[in-house]
Amino acid sequence: MGDAEIIPIGTRGRPGRGTGKQPSSAARDLAAGRPAPRRPQSTTGPETGPGPAAGSRPEPVEESVQVQPVQPVEPGPAPAPRVPVTTEDRDPRGIPLSDWLAAFQHAAREVFGDEWEPQLARLLAFLRRRVTGDYAVDEYGFDQEITERFFMAALRPIAEKWFRIEVRGIENVPADGGALVVSNHSGTIPVDGLMTMVSIHDHTGRFLRPLGADLVFRMPVLSTLARKGGATLACNEDAERMLRGGELVGVWPEGFKGIGKPYSDRYKLQRFGRGGFVSAALRTGVPIVPLSVVGAEEIYPLVGNVTWLARLLGLPYVPVTPLFPWLGPLGLVPLPSKWLLEFGEPVRTDEYDEGAADDPMLVFNVTDQVRESIQQTLYTLLMQRQSVFR
Amino acid sequence: MTSGRVVLVTGVSRDLGRRFARSLAAEPSVRRVIGVDVVPPRGDLGDVSFVRADIRNPVIAKVIAKEDVDTVVHMSIISTPASAGGRGTMKELNVIGTMQLLAACQKAPSLQHLVVKSTTTVYGASNRDPAMFTEDMEPRRAPRSGYAKDVAEIEGYVRGFARRRSDVRVTQLRCANVIGPHVTSPITSYFRLPVIPTVVGYDPRLQFLHEDDLLAVLRHATVEDVPGTFNVAGDGILMLSQAVRRLRRPSLALPAPAVGSLGSVLRRARVADFSPEQLAFLTYGRGVDTTRMRTMLGYEPAYTTAEAFADFGRSLPATGGHADRVLAAVQDQLDRGAARPLPTLPASAAPTGGPDHG
Repeated sequence: MGDAEIIPIGTRGRPGRGTGKQPSSAARDLAAGRPAPRRPQSTTGPETGPGPAAGSRPEPVEESVQVQPVQPVEPGPAPAPRVPVTTEDRDPRGIPLSDWLAAFQHAAREVFGDEWEPQLARLLAFLRRRVTGDYAVDEYGFDQEITERFFMAALRPIAEKWFRIEVRGIENVPADGGALVVSNHSGTIPVDGLMTMVSIHDHTGRFLRPLGADLVFRMPVLSTLARKGGATLACNEDAERMLRGGELVGVWPEGFKGIGKPYSDRYKLQRFGRGGFVSAALRTGVPIVPLSVVGAEEIYPLVGNVTWLARLLGLPYVPVTPLFPWLGPLGLVPLPSKWLLEFGEPVRTDEYDEGAADDPMLVFNVTDQVRESIQQTLYTLLMQRQSVFR
Repeated sequence: MTSGRVVLVTGVSRDLGRRFARSLAAEPSVRRVIGVDVVPPRGDLGDVSFVRADIRNPVIAKVIAKEDVDTVVHMSIISTPASAGGRGTMKELNVIGTMQLLAACQKAPSLQHLVVKSTTTVYGASNRDPAMFTEDMEPRRAPRSGYAKDVAEIEGYVRGFARRRSDVRVTQLRCANVIGPHVTSPITSYFRLPVIPTVVGYDPRLQFLHEDDLLAVLRHATVEDVPGTFNVAGDGILMLSQAVRRLRRPSLALPAPAVGSLGSVLRRARVADFSPEQLAFLTYGRGVDTTRMRTMLGYEPAYTTAEAFADFGRSLPATGGHADRVLAAVQDQLDRGAARPLPTLPASAAPTGGPDHG
């Protein structure tokens, strides 16, 4: 048993490579400027003698660094002139607090610049407000702080860098008071709504309050985000309430017919619902601002629809685009089309008399007028556009 | 002292009913307050005379006739099945009780005023709800069970009564969730849970009415002669996530069916009275418009929704709030750090660009 052959792996903590019987010449040169005396194998390191049994693992290299100095077991021909390896225990509390603080201040200065202290104080105050719920939402659940600091900040690079949105006619959006922005709808996923919200906020400082389908408010997560972002249900009660409250309200009257239309029907406006948005504007006497969005049609070209899955999930459609679902999550990246947003001349509704909203003929006429104006602008913008991506 | 109202208050065995009856007895325009309930009240009734009677049987008509009652305040609408002794009893107390009471009122020629404490639960809660319900809006989905259905039926009977006795002034107060340190209701027992289960992905909007405001508005509606139906709620909205954070309690987001089954387990264990229609409320939330309460009824709540909730939360110990404590500690450290000079940084680490770009 004892005479089993031990095949050492590695150098057993001794310097140099090779058989492990003796240090390499390079190591000897390094040791103390003169050749180290040859010693028997068993005198160095914590191992005494051959391993206890065949097949036992050689001691790990870390073993050689120990708190207590290693004593040679057998008196060798000459004791090693090495200074015993000792490690001092570090500060048991870890890195001292002052070091942490210095590093922290250093990092803060790197991130926030020289004004780091007030900046950081503001950030901390913001975080504390959020975790203690000490902020206000309006009656629709609109959380202005999180919308401005988080949603807008996240969407802005997409609007500016990815879609390179060009906004025209922003002076047609009233600086204050209620107004109804009516837009075409396209793009399979309502990215156009989000981009319109960012563009309007960045150019006028006002928040667009979108009206969403009841499907939005049935879906988990989405419903929460929609309410926090300022949306509410697309129904006459809410539209009128918001407009009376002097909000800038956005509607997409084509709804799912517009957003889920096949790519071959791009830039062809669908039916404008039942004109509910017009009667809301007539009742509250606010102007209707037509908005034409070019570019959103091309972000996810809808070439197919999985009807059975849509029916199963209770969704209006399950899109198939050239990239989705074939490329999986990568197919969710929108194509970087160039976007143009043009706000048209506002349609005034305060000149009609009292019962105008209940006159279906008038409502249809105004609806058509708005629809025509958006369609014409779309054609003009398409003519001006050099290509889809430029 | 022969002039003045004689008021009959139902549901005085419960805390809010008892306190309301007592505070009403202190009103100068009220001569006498008669409290009615099946069981005697636990607390002190003060000047209120208590009549032990069941509004579900015709004895109540005799009480109204004998005492020459001219005002009836109906507060005996129960939202907690456990306190009534089961859902069957609760429905009977609510619906049959109201029917009998109104039948008795119809036969009483002396009666001039009827005030009914209803609730905003009648509007239901769904994804198709408008943001703020006004009094003339109908629920988008008619309630099919539970408390909400009881109240919908009760309101139907009250409307029928108002048609038949057009000489009686009828006021219905649709109160938002009443909250306060002394209130026991499904919503307060929900918020008293040490870990608050929420429906994952939804953040409902909530409105509260402080218990003091409930008593005050009922008193106001009893004394003032304003007919109609009114929403009553504190100003403003709280999101559920916000409310939970303000309580400094941890929340646990669960899928809706899991919240529902957890609720029924808690109900059976008598830990919290978590009613099934509360699940819809905790998913979609509800808001009511209180313009009519201000302009027509002429009542202004003393507490906003947030203040009412803060007053309720004051009685609850925080079980969470660790994140805030950490942030507070950092802020504290920062303030103390600002007081003494900064440790000097090595030259290489100092910002090289300078502040001129910012």
